[in-house]
Amino acid sequence: MRKAIAIRPAGRRRVLAVASGGGHWVQMLRLVPAFQEAEVHYASTEDVGHDVAPAPYHQFLDANRDTKLKLLVSAVQIAWIVLKVRPHVVVTTGAAPGYLAIRFASLFGARSMFIDSVANGNELSLSAHLARRHADRLVTQWPEVAAKTDATYHGSVL
Amino acid sequence: MIFVTVGTQLPFDRLLGAVDVWAEVHPGRRIVAQSGESGFVSDRLDIVARLERKDFRQLAQEAAVIVSHAGMGTILTALELCKPVIILPRRADLGEHRNDHQHATAERLGGLANVRVIWDESDLGPAMDAALQGHALPLDQESMSPNRMQLLQEVRSFISDAA
Repeated sequence: MRKAIAIRPAGRRRVLAVASGGGHWVQMLRLVPAFQEAEVHYASTEDVGHDVAPAPYHQFLDANRDTKLKLLVSAVQIAWIVLKVRPHVVVTTGAAPGYLAIRFASLFGARSMFIDSVANGNELSLSAHLARRHADRLVTQWPEVAAKTDATYHGSVL
Repeated sequence: MIFVTVGTQLPFDRLLGAVDVWAEVHPGRRIVAQSGESGFVSDRLDIVARLERKDFRQLAQEAAVIVSHAGMGTILTALELCKPVIILPRRADLGEHRNDHQHATAERLGGLANVRVIWDESDLGPAMDAALQGHALPLDQESMSPNRMQLLQEVRSFISDAA
């Protein structure tokens, strides 16, 4: 039996939960109960801190498919959020910003989990492919995708 | 009220057009549409380019039926609010998305009790009529599915095992 751990704020795992806006963020919200015992910081691209209040929320620029300059600004913001939060663990539901957060946080020894969007029912997303070599755990939400890739399946947000 | 959404990014005028045609035949229904980056114009639809998340949720809550592209934000919101949702997946060959993952999403999620997938915009009318006649879907308050409990447990263990 797992031994009960006394919850002391100083000893809690610090988690950065990062997701792009829209469907990625809605999927992250479905994972909120998993962060109960952690000190969790959320980050996304829209003004949605009220979804997770009173947990700290960090907003960054949405730069998918936008100009290179925006992408750069977004990357710098994500790096800054990682520096401020110094997470022990990064959990992301995609897309590209989650990959970036994993890359930056791994420089500080953080462990990371990339959960590919449930929208990807036939193959892994581009961001998941990017994250493959860097995430400690690459997760798909479909057993069919797990069967033909190196991602693993452990249920879904549905 | 009928709530139509095609996300906030790529245009999807094929769906908005089909809804507009339906609206012409069914006047008197309020239809609100989040159109994304589209120039679509119609005096039969209340078109908003981009909704704040809380307004999006509010409209979804008020709608009798939601009509949408196969975006996970909409499908999950509909699931949480136990709302019937009609889905028309975007097609890459028509330039509606970068790839055909919405096809896969629609195939995989078409089995959910509140989701009705249409593969052609001409099927919107019958799907709409059926949804509005309220052939009562067996929708209770959403309970935690075994799938979701499994994923939550996996995330929890991953966090607590992180050295």
